[in-house]
Amino acid sequence: MFQTFSWHHVGFLAQAGLWTLLLSTVALFGGAIFGALLMLARISIFPALRGAAAAYIYVVQGIPLLVLLFIAYFGVAFAGFDVPPLVSAGVAFTLYAAAFLGEIWRGSIESVGKGQWEGAAALGLDWPGTMRHVVVPQAIRAAIPPTVGFFVQLVKNTALSSVIGFVELTRAGQIVANATFQPLSVYLTVGAMYFVICSCLSYLSRRLDERMRGQGTRAKAATAQPAALAAAIQ
Amino acid sequence: MFYFDFAGTLSRWDVFAHAAAFTVGLSIASTLLGLLIGVAGAAARLSRFRAARAVAFFYVELIRNTPFLVQAYVVYFGFPSLGLRLNAITAAVIALSLYAGAYVTEIVRAGIESIDKGQVEAARALGLSPTQTFRHVVLKPALASVYPALTSQFILIMLASSVVSTISVPELTGAANDIQGLTFRSLEAFLVVAALYLVLTAAFKGVFSAIGHNAFTFKNAAR
Repeated sequence: MFQTFSWHHVGFLAQAGLWTLLLSTVALFGGAIFGALLMLARISIFPALRGAAAAYIYVVQGIPLLVLLFIAYFGVAFAGFDVPPLVSAGVAFTLYAAAFLGEIWRGSIESVGKGQWEGAAALGLDWPGTMRHVVVPQAIRAAIPPTVGFFVQLVKNTALSSVIGFVELTRAGQIVANATFQPLSVYLTVGAMYFVICSCLSYLSRRLDERMRGQGTRAKAATAQPAALAAAIQ
Repeated sequence: MFYFDFAGTLSRWDVFAHAAAFTVGLSIASTLLGLLIGVAGAAARLSRFRAARAVAFFYVELIRNTPFLVQAYVVYFGFPSLGLRLNAITAAVIALSLYAGAYVTEIVRAGIESIDKGQVEAARALGLSPTQTFRHVVLKPALASVYPALTSQFILIMLASSVVSTISVPELTGAANDIQGLTFRSLEAFLVVAALYLVLTAAFKGVFSAIGHNAFTFKNAAR
């Protein structure tokens, strides 16, 4: 009749955990590309572009991710595409991550002092040159801790993709819970797996943040050599 | 061709209105309970007792590093194994309150830590009584400093409450699920619900900023 919850199932869950990580990574990279575009739109000199990006961010941050997920899932079908759940979940999480990363990175770009822009202009650098050699190398340092922190949110939130049929850690948990009839042990195991992934990432984010703050004075000195910094990042 | 047909969805506006009211009620109840848990949690985090500090720390870390969906499943599907059988709504309120409590713990702790000890000493030196000191020097600035974080936490709880539709709670997202089952216009149902969530977030943001502007007048003067 029923199976008993065993190491065999834990292995199955761990395998599903890899799908969770894959979806989170897809969302991070997709979100990074669109988030960077959003960030550029937010700091552009065109009011229409700024307004459109701000409106997009307002909408995505103002509706539940679950609803966004359903809209992407049914919207893709509505547009006449028949795609696997990984694709529709990937689309939804990319849209979601872009809004948050766009805001995080705009903050990092704006944290770079105005004097840096003026200094670069005085040295004859054009806008792309200023961004590439002066502003972005400094902004990346400020952006890394909150970006890792947001990745924790992404890993947790991919649990919602179980609702549209993507078999990741939580959906695997449902399957095992239904087969074994031991929901408490199964969901606690699932929770523990998320906890291990997320608390490691949270710890990393906190450490990076502390290092950033601790290096406040040295960071200022280091901005004298943006080229060296840029090289270190590449 | 693809076409939108909102007729069947919009004609069920009363279902949406009830569900929206349910979402608001659920969010307010969970936030208030979360506030209680959060204040107790912050007190424990700052207490002299190592055990209390450790318990509060693990509670916060546990909630913040696992998905809310899994927490809701543990409460709704898992607790009956321990002999604690809950209906969906009770389970949702418990899960949402525990979730809110962890975030509120960190917010309140930061608020209390933001009050400089010198402020209290200065107030006492100026002849304010301990009650006056607490009211004007500790409580008001602490509330003012945590108020924005608390209100945005409320909005986040409201958005997170959509997740309890998966344990059959009849809130806004659940209503969209029911209606799409009746009309077969899934995208329309979820677009309407998304718009309703946007209206709710905008309305609450407006109300909260109006309250904040009037309640913390000393902050306006400082600017």
